[in-house]
Amino acid sequence: MSAAIELAGLRKSFGPTEIIRGVDLEIYKGERHAIIGPNGAGKSTLFHLISGRYKLSGGSVSLHGEEISNLPPYEIYRKGLSRSFQVTNIFPNMSVFENVRCGLMWAQGYKYSFWHLVDRETELNQKTVRVIEEIGLSARQHIPAGVLTYAEQRALEIGIAAAGGADVIMLDEPTAGMSHSETDQAMTLIRKITEGKTLVMVEHDMGVVFDLADRISVLVYGEIIATDTPENIRNNKAVQEAYLGVEAEE
Amino acid sequence: MSETTKTASATVQASSLKRFGPWIGFLILLMIMPFIFTSNSAIFTMNLMGIFIIFSLSYNMLLGQGGMLSFGHAVYFGLGGFMSVHFMNYVEDGSFVFPIWLLPIFGGLIGLIFAIIIGSFSTRRSGTVFAMISLGVGELMAASSLIFVAFFGGEEGVSGDRTMGPESFGADFGPDKEVYYLIAAWVFVTVVLMYLFSRTPAGRLANAVRDNPERAEFIGYSQRKVRFVSFCASGLFAGIAGGLFAVNFEIVTEENLNALTSGVVLLMAYIGGIGFFIGPIVGAIVFTLLQSILSHYTDIWQMYVGVMFVLTVMFVPQGLTGIMMMHTAAYRMNRLGGLVVPYVRMGIPSLCMVAGIAGFLEMMHHVRGAAVGESTMSLLGIGFDTHSVMPWVIVAVLGIAGGYVMRSQAGQLKDAWDTANDPNTWQEEASS
Repeated sequence: MSAAIELAGLRKSFGPTEIIRGVDLEIYKGERHAIIGPNGAGKSTLFHLISGRYKLSGGSVSLHGEEISNLPPYEIYRKGLSRSFQVTNIFPNMSVFENVRCGLMWAQGYKYSFWHLVDRETELNQKTVRVIEEIGLSARQHIPAGVLTYAEQRALEIGIAAAGGADVIMLDEPTAGMSHSETDQAMTLIRKITEGKTLVMVEHDMGVVFDLADRISVLVYGEIIATDTPENIRNNKAVQEAYLGVEAEE
Repeated sequence: MSETTKTASATVQASSLKRFGPWIGFLILLMIMPFIFTSNSAIFTMNLMGIFIIFSLSYNMLLGQGGMLSFGHAVYFGLGGFMSVHFMNYVEDGSFVFPIWLLPIFGGLIGLIFAIIIGSFSTRRSGTVFAMISLGVGELMAASSLIFVAFFGGEEGVSGDRTMGPESFGADFGPDKEVYYLIAAWVFVTVVLMYLFSRTPAGRLANAVRDNPERAEFIGYSQRKVRFVSFCASGLFAGIAGGLFAVNFEIVTEENLNALTSGVVLLMAYIGGIGFFIGPIVGAIVFTLLQSILSHYTDIWQMYVGVMFVLTVMFVPQGLTGIMMMHTAAYRMNRLGGLVVPYVRMGIPSLCMVAGIAGFLEMMHHVRGAAVGESTMSLLGIGFDTHSVMPWVIVAVLGIAGGYVMRSQAGQLKDAWDTANDPNTWQEEASS
């Protein structure tokens, strides 16, 4: 199997504090990979490093064998990596439709065009409608995204990330703060839109993780202590001590 | 699926018919305005209005559409004006043959060129950094206008003569009315173009970057480039407005590119409502009217405009257009009628209060500014002596009583507003 994302000796410090302390990780093409770990382990930081939000302090990131270290986020996106955010990060004053359409625009080749009229671009609009159907917001498509419910915003967040057809999708805690039924819906959605793609996700809900992931990496204090199938991770002593054990005590 | 696409495309077609309606109406309105308002001063005011409409719409491409607060937008307006007036002089010299009505193109070009140069570094950041750079560039330009006298003409500016060009459409653009049609044509074309710009990927992305610059980067767009494209388009249209200014007034001075003009355009866009495409148009119309009408009656009209601006920022940040749009829900439910009486009950004391405050300000201004021994003034045609007590008592009573009654009426207006906008009672009515 070839690697979709390859991290080599990845490091990140903020001032004297080192958050990511040498991460080596290979995420296979087409797998669903979950990253788990206690609070403050650096999961979101790792995401920010891969997707270009933070500059690296050391090491390298490759996407499909091509180095993408320290590229700006939009360059990384154009190479086929798209992500969502832990804290909902949408365009609040624009309608749901506009949100998704903007997410499609680059992939459809419009770039910074000021000679196309978006309302005339039938294919773009049809694709937008299709994505909105997939995320189940058809009835709400003309409402400003800022007034959607939390779960709807999370769905939109995933929709924007997936709309452009990137083949590597990274979701940062997609089900955080959701009720059980909402989580189930989100899971179905995630399965659907990541069909045939590489998925990397940070998740706290262990049910979701063990159900969805092909492989799991455990990140503790900026280091990956194990990467394996869910079954093996569950039985891994070090992981139980560092993370799952803590959960059980609670 | 295909069903929804079909209905979607059908609604698109139906709405496309609907879409042209307002534009045709706008065109007709532009054409018949000089037949409704025929006086010279009205034509003069409308010409200025047209120029300001383009200028403030171009400004809103930055502020409203792109989230860039600029304190130096007059730079592109002024440079466009200077460039056009120079070309007007070349045409007059005969060194260059060009129809006068196309002169604003040169204004637009220089606006665009300078926007490309300045935008290349100022759009790197939004927010405070962008605002500060725009302020700095504005000051720089205003200062250079007094240094590079050959281009800017020093303190007296550069003047020209628009009638010396070749005749086009049987007009030599001598009378203001002919210039009106020249401006109206440009207004129509540029307003359509600016509207269309907002419907292009670049225009849509400008909104996205305004809303959430960071997320835009994660859907493939460099926020800087998105801002840059808007900035260039904005400079182009501001330059065209400047060119029209040059044609209309036949003189362009340093004042047209300094901070004062930059402030005026911000004021217009904001008062009109930066969240709506037509907001700046409303703002430009209201501002020009205030300027030309109020300045007839009072020396301190700028203070009223300033107060209006502050009140807008504090209480109705969505602007005058926003106030109008707030009524769409009630309008759709056919309930606007129910708001008339509450508005009148609120409006009369408000007017009294405003009259009282304005009267007080006018009298203060008169007492401070009038010649020694001159103590009579007239307000709204009523002459009185500012050194007697009675007028002061009257304005005080008007102001305080008006304010008091106004406050007492606020409750009933709010109730009426809630009833008018309550969708539940509407459904009850509909079902019964």
